[in-house]
Amino acid sequence: MTQQQIAGPPSAESADLAEEFLDRQTPLSRIRNILHRYPAVSPALVLLISVVVFGLLNDRFLRVENLSLITQQVSVVGTLAIAQTLIILTAGIDLSVGAVMILSSMVMAQLAVNSGLPAPIALLAGLVVGLAAGALNGFLVTRFRLPPFIVTLGTLNIFIALTLLYSNGATVRGSAMPDLLTWTGTTFPVGPVRISTGVVVMLLLYIAIAFILGKTAWGRHVYAVGDDKEAARLAGIAVNKVLMSVYLAAGAVLAVGAWIQIGRTNAASPNAGVDLNLDSITAVVIGGTSLFGGRGSVWGTLLGALIVGVFRNGLSLAGLDVLYQTLAVGVLIILAVSIDQWIRKVKS
Amino acid sequence: MTATHLEPAGTQVRQPILQARNLVKTFGRVVGLDGVSLDLYPGEVLAIIGDNGAGKSTLIKCLTGAEIPDTGELMVSGQPVHFKRPQDARAHGIETVYQNLAVSPALDVASNLFLGREERRAGLLGSVFRMLDTKGMRTKAKQELTRLGISTLQDVTVPVENLSGGQRQAVAVARAAAFGSKVVVLDEPTAALGVRESNQVLQLVRDLRDRGLPVILISHNMPHVFDVADRIHIQRLGKCAATITPQSHTMTDAVAIMTGAATA
Amino acid sequence: MLSSKAPRTMTHRLLAMGAVLTLGTLSLTACGGTSTATTSAGSSSAEKVGVSLIVKTTTNPFFVSMQDGAKKAAEAEGVDLKLAAGKADGDEDTQIQAIENAISKGDKGILITPNGPSVVDALKKAKDAGLFVIALDTPPDPADAADITFATDNFAAGELIGKWTAAQLDGKQATIALIDLFDDKVVSVDYNRDQGFLTGLGIDTADAKKNGDEAKTGNYTGGKGGSYEIVGSQASQGAEDGGRTAMETLLAKNPNINVVYTINEPAAAGAFEALKAAGKEKDVLVVSVDGGCTGVNNVKSGVIGATAQQYPVKMAELGVKAIVEIAKTGKKPANSEGLDFYNTGVELVTDKPAGGVKSITTTEASDICWGK
Repeated sequence: MTQQQIAGPPSAESADLAEEFLDRQTPLSRIRNILHRYPAVSPALVLLISVVVFGLLNDRFLRVENLSLITQQVSVVGTLAIAQTLIILTAGIDLSVGAVMILSSMVMAQLAVNSGLPAPIALLAGLVVGLAAGALNGFLVTRFRLPPFIVTLGTLNIFIALTLLYSNGATVRGSAMPDLLTWTGTTFPVGPVRISTGVVVMLLLYIAIAFILGKTAWGRHVYAVGDDKEAARLAGIAVNKVLMSVYLAAGAVLAVGAWIQIGRTNAASPNAGVDLNLDSITAVVIGGTSLFGGRGSVWGTLLGALIVGVFRNGLSLAGLDVLYQTLAVGVLIILAVSIDQWIRKVKS
Repeated sequence: MTATHLEPAGTQVRQPILQARNLVKTFGRVVGLDGVSLDLYPGEVLAIIGDNGAGKSTLIKCLTGAEIPDTGELMVSGQPVHFKRPQDARAHGIETVYQNLAVSPALDVASNLFLGREERRAGLLGSVFRMLDTKGMRTKAKQELTRLGISTLQDVTVPVENLSGGQRQAVAVARAAAFGSKVVVLDEPTAALGVRESNQVLQLVRDLRDRGLPVILISHNMPHVFDVADRIHIQRLGKCAATITPQSHTMTDAVAIMTGAATA
Repeated sequence: MLSSKAPRTMTHRLLAMGAVLTLGTLSLTACGGTSTATTSAGSSSAEKVGVSLIVKTTTNPFFVSMQDGAKKAAEAEGVDLKLAAGKADGDEDTQIQAIENAISKGDKGILITPNGPSVVDALKKAKDAGLFVIALDTPPDPADAADITFATDNFAAGELIGKWTAAQLDGKQATIALIDLFDDKVVSVDYNRDQGFLTGLGIDTADAKKNGDEAKTGNYTGGKGGSYEIVGSQASQGAEDGGRTAMETLLAKNPNINVVYTINEPAAAGAFEALKAAGKEKDVLVVSVDGGCTGVNNVKSGVIGATAQQYPVKMAELGVKAIVEIAKTGKKPANSEGLDFYNTGVELVTDKPAGGVKSITTTEASDICWGK
């Protein structure tokens, strides 16, 4: 009779009921359920509070020019963070985002300036580089079943080396480039402020990816794969195809990021983006997307990028040393991950 | 073959929905299945029991396309079929609820029901922008749940991880039973559940049968098996040791056959 | 389940409390920062001249001492000084943000050691917004992106140690190792020091803006003159570990090296470790550029034969004062004669003076290391 399972102790049922009872009662768990359902709520609150606090600290902070400046300052990392969000949603991580972006920007700039190719072709070539880099990452992750962390740690170094080999370490100046390449750095007036085109491009990308993630079957599959790979496979989702497409999409987003970067600095520099891989992960994490995959949104990421931008700018206007800005970002990351852990405990 | 094949009374003329004939599956020198046959008739719950290593899961995997048998044949509604992937079995209406549930915790109930077969909006929004028909899927999910008699899932917009174990199992079963499937295979559906939730799931199994959907139930839990099964297929050492009914044999008899202490 | 519930809620409370406290502390620190600035300025805080000092990194003591110099000058002049720095050498993005923030803040001027050419666009915006831009130590590329550069004449610094080396060789064969800063990017300080050194030694540098294109063997004309062989150039990233690895590589190529040029003193210290491990430290002339307090001590103890001392603190002090001067009187600083920058000076530091090359002793140098 060893195969027979002994029925649970008689108290099991009442304990079950008691837990449900408790869960309904605590206001904290109600907050947790809200945060669980709308993961962008907590970063939105943090952003709101920090804007108000910094506004009180320095009256220059809330000037529209300064707020517009903050959006420009986050436009590159904000774009890279879209790619990072896609990959983190599948429970992966991409350490190579900055390196891919720089490689793509160097290809765009060099082809347009040194090889004299027409600007649209140079842009397209940069896109191809982004896609190829994404394909390489995706191939290694899906075919060889290597952990994304290791794969992208490897490709990070490969892409940095390729960039330096290709560019000879030289910066290409914006003044030498065709206007299309630096178009993302141009600004246009909206009322009293000037808005940067690069910021608009970034926002359009957010809208597009948010739509795809939230409203299409592909987006749902990305979440399902990140949530539970095996469950997704058993539900009939071609997991590897989804993963591959995610890395390709990320590569394409990074190429757009490269374009924004060229416009922002009015140059293509092989030394740009020293820490952009970590900065993009920071934005994603602060934005409430879980590093364990399957949970989060690109809107949260945008808020996360803005929070980091607001802290950097606000602390700087308040006259704080750059090291305190780094310190504050560190505290933010740990807070964000703690909150994520807490939210994940919903009815475990 | 010492096995006796009992067929439910009065169903001799009816055609089995799923038939397996002399399935053999070896893994290197290990024989997983040694000529197993099985019939599943409409509107019955067929339980498969057996000791660990008796070939239960290999049998199920062969029936659901997760493994390809070396020899032997499979028929769905009398037509021979060859499953190379789980998708092939699913295409023939054989849906499986795996032991590890295979639901995506962060997605809501409706999304889980439609996972892998999402429906798009009509018109340009669907064809060009490939936009999901979230509202429509939710409505249909509710209808399916009502049709299947699953009353524990009121709100289809709740993430599955917010549900109790029994409710999650209900989601998985509902997904398997919904949308015109012919056979539902449940692998240890009550293994991780408490008493109350187990009872909910067993009731769900009865409800499915009453709606004409045949169920194959793999379980270690004898009381559960004897509670819901119409017939019981006993695996032993890669073969079918016997096919019995809860009326013809007692739990003790079944265990004896399972362990080789007795034959049917 | 019941028992596990209570402590969990407790943790949440603690967590939430921690969060509130941290945020509170952060805002307090921020408040503290501004209020100190206000009190030190007295009542006329609105009239204070705002200056931003943006250095390459804060991981290099050279820039830390530059910050210290600026802080001192700012205190003396009543300047509202904001400090910023790149996260790593070559981090242009952070510097660009700091420049933009300086404009946003309404600063009168920016002191910057640019991390690369990408910052010039932001500097132009600053100039357009009416800020006076002074480059410290490293001129931007192109140099006119700043209003003026306060810097060490790196080529002259290189020349000094080159001349000293030539005099010390006294006609002997020179087997030379060149330990540079980078091999993956081209920066002016790298080629100016390297090529200045070779020029001082009396070796034709071919392109003076390119490392490594000189003839590998031939004759040097400095001092009594003699034959030379360049074993190779290796990058050190300007750090101890890089210097050591570079020296090891070069020693493997040719163990008879007797002249080692290094980009800076940390690289020299690393190179010396490699020489010591190979038992060669006695017969080799190690020269460097910087004159940091640690470096000067290394000259004193014989690790480095001679170093060219530069004055970062002076650069920062002069920079802060120049911007105050512009804000008060509108008078702008001018370039040193014959140079396209304001030369903040360089001295050769050695305890083995050579004829024909002016030098100061390590004791003198310690008193003014980096211009403190």
